[in-house]
Amino acid sequence: MADDRIGRVAMPKWGLSMKTGKIMEWVVAEGDEVEAGDDLAEIDTDKIAGTLEAVDGGVLRRIVVEAGAEAPVGCTIAVVAPADVPDADIDAVVKEAEEQLASGAVEEDEGPRQRTAEVGGRAVSYTTMGDGEDVVVLVHGYGGDKDSWLFVQEPLARSRTVHALDLPGHGDSAKDVGDGSLGTLADTVLGFLDALGIQRAHLVGHSLGGAVVTAAAAAAPDRVRSLTLVSPAGYGPEIDADYLRGFASAGTRRELRPHLLKLFADPGLVNRQLVDDLLKYKRLDGVDRALQTLLGTLLDGERSALDVAALPAKAGVPTVAVWGRADQVIPVAGAESLRPFATVHVVDGAGHMAQMETPAAVVAAVEEAAGRA
Amino acid sequence: MARTISYREALNEALMQEMERDSSVIVMGEDNAGGAGAPGEPDAWGGVLGVTKGLYPKFPGRVLDTPISESAFVGAAVGAATRGLRPVAELMFIDFMGVCFDQIFNQAAKFRYMFGGKAVTPVVIRAMYGAGLRAAAQHSQALYPLFTHIPGLKVVIPSSPYEAKGLMIQSIRDDDPVIFCEHKAMYDTTGEVPAESYTIPFGEANVVREGDDVTVVAFGRMVSVAEQAADELAKAGVGCEVIDPRTTSPLDADTIIESVENTGRLVVVDESTPRCSMATDVSALVAKEAFGSLRAPIEMVTAPHTPVPFSPVLEDLYIPDAQRVVNAVKSVTGWER
Repeated sequence: MADDRIGRVAMPKWGLSMKTGKIMEWVVAEGDEVEAGDDLAEIDTDKIAGTLEAVDGGVLRRIVVEAGAEAPVGCTIAVVAPADVPDADIDAVVKEAEEQLASGAVEEDEGPRQRTAEVGGRAVSYTTMGDGEDVVVLVHGYGGDKDSWLFVQEPLARSRTVHALDLPGHGDSAKDVGDGSLGTLADTVLGFLDALGIQRAHLVGHSLGGAVVTAAAAAAPDRVRSLTLVSPAGYGPEIDADYLRGFASAGTRRELRPHLLKLFADPGLVNRQLVDDLLKYKRLDGVDRALQTLLGTLLDGERSALDVAALPAKAGVPTVAVWGRADQVIPVAGAESLRPFATVHVVDGAGHMAQMETPAAVVAAVEEAAGRA
Repeated sequence: MARTISYREALNEALMQEMERDSSVIVMGEDNAGGAGAPGEPDAWGGVLGVTKGLYPKFPGRVLDTPISESAFVGAAVGAATRGLRPVAELMFIDFMGVCFDQIFNQAAKFRYMFGGKAVTPVVIRAMYGAGLRAAAQHSQALYPLFTHIPGLKVVIPSSPYEAKGLMIQSIRDDDPVIFCEHKAMYDTTGEVPAESYTIPFGEANVVREGDDVTVVAFGRMVSVAEQAADELAKAGVGCEVIDPRTTSPLDADTIIESVENTGRLVVVDESTPRCSMATDVSALVAKEAFGSLRAPIEMVTAPHTPVPFSPVLEDLYIPDAQRVVNAVKSVTGWER
């Protein structure tokens, strides 16, 4: 009999193209006590390497797929359960998983589906995971795209509907950004809610996206249930202008790589695949103009041209912020201007990309903000 | 968004999108329309291997069937380029360059220099190269080194559908004459290609995979051969850094040299014959610029110095394969003074 206290740890689906993942290392051993959010394993895919975190707390009773082995998305790779669940019940789950693995009959998790919405005359590309009543919309930063939320979108989707969109000029959306102003970008987010018939949503924004969702909340507070800001732009004047200009102008791997190193606390995350994917994006017609136009929105000389710090108070929306302590692009000092009205979590082990380096902290922040809505 | 399409479709899409974007782009060559406009089926062939299929019905005045006279239509394309059009001329087999060589190397390649930079010649000459289709000595050569030798020409040799589309769009937008070399055995190769237009800059190598033990520089179809070999060698614990220069002129020397400075070993895989080839060119570059880093003699994997044989058995032996690359890598990693 299946015991609902037995948690199956499944191979996650990080991104549209991921079919299998390879377990590089188990960070925990059989018999270890784990809590939700704890690191379980390092997993490598052909696109990206990441850390799988525990969904359920309990004892890691059994590892089904050993380090060094590959497993399809959705496959049970380990079993977590309280210590008092009998071994026989665990064995039954493991046996079932092993049989499934051997027969190749793993139910393929559908993963995010890419769709396109028409917003303000522009095609806006997005992916959706989950089908909960609560809606979350994830908005990436300058030069990023919806895939920057890979590690966050899936855990949030367990109880909610989570959309990750590409801002104009980015990802698979139309590359025309119009005047590229904060207002235009905020209107895109609100227009996206309209296009999908979403009355109210929790907005999550990273970097430039943080300023965008703030502006959207100020413009239409009744549409926004909560705000989660990850290293947001527009709070404080400091921003690394060299990074932004360097990213915009870099045309080759050699030029781009040093700039990307500034994004992470762990430089090992700047791998060949990341650089190649960004170069492929930057080669698309229209991207150069989009990035140059948005530079004008972001920068005033060497300082940030955006100032949204006064807006959240006006919006009166519950706000939580996450900032990587090692952020080199927008220094953590910016968090000070948020403290009067927001909870701020400064996290270790993250640079500018907390959603990739410490995804559990970002997920927890969204839950916290949503809990106050 | 990227979809999986073939090398042929990637080239067709590049031509379609550039003709749409820029009305000065025209396409010309033998059977490019395939007798379209005459009674019967329109757009019958789309070139000998179907790359230009579908262009004629969409751009009827801008897809020209030419007589079988390469010297005439390549000359016409070069002339049209100097007067403001952006012609893409298809030469069918690269082996036929001989009959229009003056137009290419003594005219098109020289104009920018002879007229003090005032003249530009934005012509693309597409041609199929390479062995493997049982087309024998006069239709199977890998002649890209010949054009690489000539200053004033840019030489492009795409190794995948992604490269094919981005390099073709760059070639059309480039103001210099470009020799665009398509491997005839690769048209059905598939890969991920963005639906949107994009350009890949000339002179920027692609590091196809990273490795610390041996640098393997491979061109065109040989890139996938080198990758197969690298897969094989990875099982034995040997890490190959596979570099696809993407264009032989200009050549991204920096990426190659930096890699050899790290690995200390070089294998060049070139489908061309061995004398005065890309293999010798890259070897000379590395011997001169990275001599102090080399820990073993350079290995070259090439075709033998002979015409492509008609016998299928001999033709298969003629083309460099993954096993030969594996052997070359083993020889440089196992080398002792």
